[in-house]
Amino acid sequence: MTRLKDWVTAGLVLVVGRGGAPKPKQEAPRIVAAGTPDRHAENVVILLFLLATIAGAAFIVVYALDRLSHQTQWLGLAIGAAFALLALASTVIAHRLVVTEEITEDYPEESPAAQDEIEQIVEESGSRFTRKRLVTVAGVGALGTIGAALLAPAASLGPILHTGELYRTPWRRGRRLVDEGGRALTADEIEEGTFYTAYPEGADRELIAAPIVVVRLPLAEIRERKEWAPRGIVAYSKICTHAGCAVALYRKPTFAAVEPRPALVCPCHYSTFDPAAGGAVLFGPAGRPLPQLPLSVDRTGHLRAAGTFSGPVGPSWWGVRMGKARS
Amino acid sequence: MIRRIVRFLDQRSGTAPLLRKTLRYVFPDHWSFLLGEVALYCFVLLVLTGVYLTFFFDDSVARMTYHGSYAPLDGATMTHAYASVLHISFDVKAGLLIRQTHHWAANVFVAAIVLHLLRIFFTGAFRKPRDLTYLLGLGMLMLALLEGYAGYSLADDLLSGMGLAIGYSVAMSIPFVGANLANLIWDGPFPGSSSFWPRLFIVHVLVLPVLIGGLLAAHLVLVASRHHTQFKRSARESERRVVGIPAFPGQAPRSIGLMLWVFAVLFLLGGLVQINPVWLWGPYHVGDATNGAQPDWYLGWLIGALRLVPGFDLTIGHYTLVPNPFWGGVLFPALVFGVLLVWPWLERRVAGDDAFHNLLERPRDNPWRTAIGVAIVTWVFLIFVSGSADRVDVLFGLDYATQIWVYRVAVWVVPLVALFVTKRVCDELVAGERRD
Repeated sequence: MTRLKDWVTAGLVLVVGRGGAPKPKQEAPRIVAAGTPDRHAENVVILLFLLATIAGAAFIVVYALDRLSHQTQWLGLAIGAAFALLALASTVIAHRLVVTEEITEDYPEESPAAQDEIEQIVEESGSRFTRKRLVTVAGVGALGTIGAALLAPAASLGPILHTGELYRTPWRRGRRLVDEGGRALTADEIEEGTFYTAYPEGADRELIAAPIVVVRLPLAEIRERKEWAPRGIVAYSKICTHAGCAVALYRKPTFAAVEPRPALVCPCHYSTFDPAAGGAVLFGPAGRPLPQLPLSVDRTGHLRAAGTFSGPVGPSWWGVRMGKARS
Repeated sequence: MIRRIVRFLDQRSGTAPLLRKTLRYVFPDHWSFLLGEVALYCFVLLVLTGVYLTFFFDDSVARMTYHGSYAPLDGATMTHAYASVLHISFDVKAGLLIRQTHHWAANVFVAAIVLHLLRIFFTGAFRKPRDLTYLLGLGMLMLALLEGYAGYSLADDLLSGMGLAIGYSVAMSIPFVGANLANLIWDGPFPGSSSFWPRLFIVHVLVLPVLIGGLLAAHLVLVASRHHTQFKRSARESERRVVGIPAFPGQAPRSIGLMLWVFAVLFLLGGLVQINPVWLWGPYHVGDATNGAQPDWYLGWLIGALRLVPGFDLTIGHYTLVPNPFWGGVLFPALVFGVLLVWPWLERRVAGDDAFHNLLERPRDNPWRTAIGVAIVTWVFLIFVSGSADRVDVLFGLDYATQIWVYRVAVWVVPLVALFVTKRVCDELVAGERRD
C-alpha cells in the first residue's frame, strides 16, 4: 500500500513538475520591470492557441479532402483564421502579459579617432610606392578592361547590332490573307461596320508584323491611297505604332450623322487611327500612322497583299526610317 | 535550459554580449513605424509562396494544345508557361490559394513600401545620418516594381503579353540604344526568341529577389546601427537619447503579432478574394488584345503617363529620334525617382543644414518640404488616376477623350494649388500652436 502511495506521489511529481519546492537562489536585481500576473489574459491566450490549433488542423483536413467545392476558399479561410488567432494571441501577450517598460539609450556617435587611424593605416601602407598616380592609372585601366571583357559575352544575349531585323515582315506581294482558322479570306465576305483580323498565309503568326486588321468602308469615304483599297477594303498592321499592343477595337458609328468617323483604336493607351486616311493618328499618344498594307483581289475573289506595308510595323525606335517595310 | 542553450552558443560564437544588447535594443513606439515591417513580412511570404510556385511553373514558351481540366480553353493553342499556370490554378491542391496569396502579397508589398516612403519623407526621417538607409529603400522600391512586373508577365496570359509589349516599346524608345537594348533582352524583335522566357523567369525568381534581399539586409543593418528615429513626445526624447520599449520582451510579441496579422490578411485575401484570374484572359498572341486592360495597381502611374502624353515623337525628316513611350515610360518615372534620390542632398544644400537628426519633424514643422511633397504626390496620383479613364468611360459614360484633356490640364494645375494650400495649412497649424 505504501509502495503504491510512493509510486503515485512520484508519478504526480513527474507530471506536475518539480517546481513544488523552489531552490533557494540568490536573487539578482531585476532587469525586466516587474508586473502583476493576469490570469484572465493567460486564459484567453491559451484559448486562442487552442483555436489556432483547430484552425491549423482544419487546413490539413480540407487539404486532404478530394472533390470539395470551394476548396481554395476553405483553405484560405482555415490558414487565414489560424494566423489571425495566433496574431490575436500575440497581441494579447504584448499588451497584457509582458510588461511595457520604457527604457532609454544613447544614440551612437561617430568615432573620429578610428577614422583618423584608418586613414593613417591606408596612407602608411602605401609609403613604399613612389609613383602612386601612375600605378593607380595602370591598375584602374587593367581592372576596367577586365571588367569590360567580362561584360562582353553579354552581347551574345541577342542580335545587339542587327536592328535591321526590326523592319522585317512576312507580307509580300501576292500573299493571301487568311483568318484565325487559316481559311483564305474573300473580298465578298468583308462587310462594312465590323473588322477582321487576318494573317499572311503560311507564315508564323507570332511575328509582330504578321497580324493585320481588315475593314471595309464606302469607297467614296476613302481619302488616301484609294488604289490600295479594292472595293473599299483596307488593311493595316494590327500592332499599334505607340506601344506594340494589338489594335483590337473598331469604333463604328451607330448614328453616322452625329458621331465621329470609324476608327481603329488600341485598348492599351487609346491611340486612335483613321482607316479612311492611311491610318493617320486621330487621337492618343501614337506618333506615326498605322502602317497600311496595299490589297488586291485575285481572279478567284480572294484578298491578297499587293505589296508591303507603308512603314515599319510596331513601336518606333531611335533612327527608325518611315519608308516602306522590308519583305 | 535557457542557460545551457546560451552557454552553448556563446562558447562557440562569443555572441552573448551582442545578444544581451540586442534583447534590450530600444524601439521608439509610433503606429507609422510599422509600415516598413509590413513590407518586410510581405517579402518573407512572397519568398515562401514563390518557392512553392516554382515547383510547378514551366518557363517554356514552346507551343502546345491545351487539354487540361479548364474546359473553356480546351483545344486552345498556348505556351507551356501559361498551361502550367492553369495547372497550378486548377489541378494543384492549394495551388490557387498559394498563387493568389503570392499575387496579393506583391500588391501589399509595394503598397507598404510606398506608404513607408511617404512616412519617411514627410517626417524628415531620411536626413543625415539616415540618407544612405533612405537610398537603399528607394532602390528596393524600384526593384520591387520591376519584380512585380516580371512576375505577372511570367504567366503569359493575354494581359501579361500586352504588358510585355508595352515594356518592349518603352525599352525601344530609349534614345540611341533602345533598339539594341530591346534586341539584347528579347533576343530579337518582339515577342522575342524562346530564350526570353527563361531569362524573365530567372530574373524574377533569383536575380531580383537576391538584390532586394541584399538591399534589405543592408537597410536593416543601417537602421539598427543608427537606431530608430523618434518623435519628441516629452522632455525625455532628445537628439542624443532614444526612448522606447526594449526588443525583448516588449517589442517581440508586437512584431511577431504584426507578422502574423500580415500573413492572416494575405492568406484570407488569397483564399477569398480572386485576383488575376488568368484563365479568363486567355493565352497571349501577338495579334490579340483585350479592352479595359489594367495592370497591377503599382504600374497604374506609368500606364496613366503613357496615356496622357499627347501624340508626338521627336523626329527629323523621315526619321524618328525619340518615340512617344519615352516620355511617359522612361522620362516620367526617372524624374520622380530622380527627385526622390537627390532630395536629402538637395534639402541639406538649400537649408544649409548639415547636422545629425534623430528627432522626427511633424509635417507642419517643415512647411516647404511638406508642400513640395504633397504637390509631387498629387501630381503622381492624378496621373495614376488618369490611367483608369477608360474604366470610368465604360462605367459612368464619361467620354474618354474629354477626360484625358481634363487630366492633361489638371495634372499641372492641381499640384500647384496643392502646393500653396499645403504650405498655408502648415503655417496656420504652427501659428495656431504658438497662440495656444
